Amino acid sequence: MSTTVLTPAAQAVRLAVDGLTHTYPGRHGPVTALEDVTLALREGEFCAVIGPSGCGKTTLLHILAGLIRPASGTVHLPARADRGPAAALVFQGVSTFPWFTVLENVEYGLRLLGAPPAARREQALRQIERVGLARFRDAFPHQLSEGMRQRVSIARALAVDPDVLLMDEPFANLDEQNRLLLQDELLLLWQASRKTVLFVTHSLDEALRLADRVLVMTAGPGRIKAEVPVPFARPRDFRAIRREPGYGELSARLWEELRGEVLAAEGR
Amino acid sequence: MRPPVSYRWLAVASPAALLLVWEVLNRSGVLDARYVPPPSQVLVTLVRLTESGELPYHLGVSVRRILVGFVLGAAPAVALGLAMGLNRAVRAVLMPLVAAIYPIPKIAVYPLIIFYLGLGEASKVSIVALSIFFLVLLNTMAGVIGLDRVYFNIARAYGAGPRGLFTTVAWPGALPAIFTGLKLGMGFALIVIVGAELLGSDAGIGFLIWRAYQIFAVDVMFAGLLVTAVLGWLATIALDWLERRALPWRPWSQV
Repeated sequence: MSTTVLTPAAQAVRLAVDGLTHTYPGRHGPVTALEDVTLALREGEFCAVIGPSGCGKTTLLHILAGLIRPASGTVHLPARADRGPAAALVFQGVSTFPWFTVLENVEYGLRLLGAPPAARREQALRQIERVGLARFRDAFPHQLSEGMRQRVSIARALAVDPDVLLMDEPFANLDEQNRLLLQDELLLLWQASRKTVLFVTHSLDEALRLADRVLVMTAGPGRIKAEVPVPFARPRDFRAIRREPGYGELSARLWEELRGEVLAAEGR
Repeated sequence: MRPPVSYRWLAVASPAALLLVWEVLNRSGVLDARYVPPPSQVLVTLVRLTESGELPYHLGVSVRRILVGFVLGAAPAVALGLAMGLNRAVRAVLMPLVAAIYPIPKIAVYPLIIFYLGLGEASKVSIVALSIFFLVLLNTMAGVIGLDRVYFNIARAYGAGPRGLFTTVAWPGALPAIFTGLKLGMGFALIVIVGAELLGSDAGIGFLIWRAYQIFAVDVMFAGLLVTAVLGWLATIALDWLERRALPWRPWSQV
């Protein structure tokens, strides 16, 4: 199975990716990072992508964010009339500019769009308020915790009001407790804004907890191997989800899909 | 965090102790004042040179040469260093030239500079500019190259073009390295300006020392050295102060 066509339901398609393939030049010839990836996201959908390390998840997001031109395949993201970015990416790890304050970081996208200072400041402050960092608007990133810095990144992405929010393992560097808190916060933000989200993670729990649908990728070259719908009701409560009888079964199914890929990625 | 008061006193106490030992050695006859004058005599000479207006004049000449040369050398070095750090093609073209010229002791170029520019201010300012140019250039370039790629990716993901990358990533990101270059350069600027004034000049601290040698005024030579030392120390303090103002985002407490 080289292609998995994921046909969305009746709702409008917000993002469609068709036959995406990408290769990097490597020391021993070209390395295929992505192979024939096809997927579609519905308007307002929260979709998680899970796969072993090095399966091309980040490459996929970088292509969607316009950082890399794919070798072949198409990305369909309806352009916007107000020239705002169609997709905003929340990066993994170090993702705030250390030389800018919280406010300047959140304003960043708007500044590059050429928004007038007063307007972009107002918009940025609103987002800072939403992620609960109003007290820290003039602080520099080194004065914040890792979790607070990731909230700054999320606020910066939301400030440009993108159609699609791309998230590249945004909570990977957090400890378990803070990750749970940030996941809760993200779900609240998502419920309020109903952005279309593509969330890359390597955590089974995180995928099941956040997403409407989980896409499983193969070990490099990355292909979409399986699609697992997550039926839990929203708004979600982690404590309740974990007690649902379906949770263990779903988790086991995801791991079954993933296990062979992780072994392959580890060369076993 | 400020160092405890006791440490700051130690920093004052060590030079004071050195001066005291020196004075005692003179008074006890171990040091001959005709060769090594005691600090008290150097101090008297300093006061005399200041009152006569001689020292302020020569000091002013040297400081102006350093400041003008510093700006003329640092400004293009920062611009070119950022360009070399951002653009591989620019780096490929210029790096061999820089690598070849950088190790030449700049004072060795001074005769040639005098030959082209004469003995006036232009040659002094040029030698200072030249001596710091490569230090600032290489540090600036290294500062840009050393920046985490993720910052450039974030900027590009939010639509930054070459100008946006320059003003929001390369420049602020390389600023700490630029200051490292400026601080190193300040030391070299002092070495080179005093050297140049010794060799061919009619004013400046170096000239004051050289003329004192010619008339065997050992106390004036020591006074000149002391002034040079204090000048270097003040320059370091000034640059540190400027750096903290320019880089409020750095975790200074760890320094």
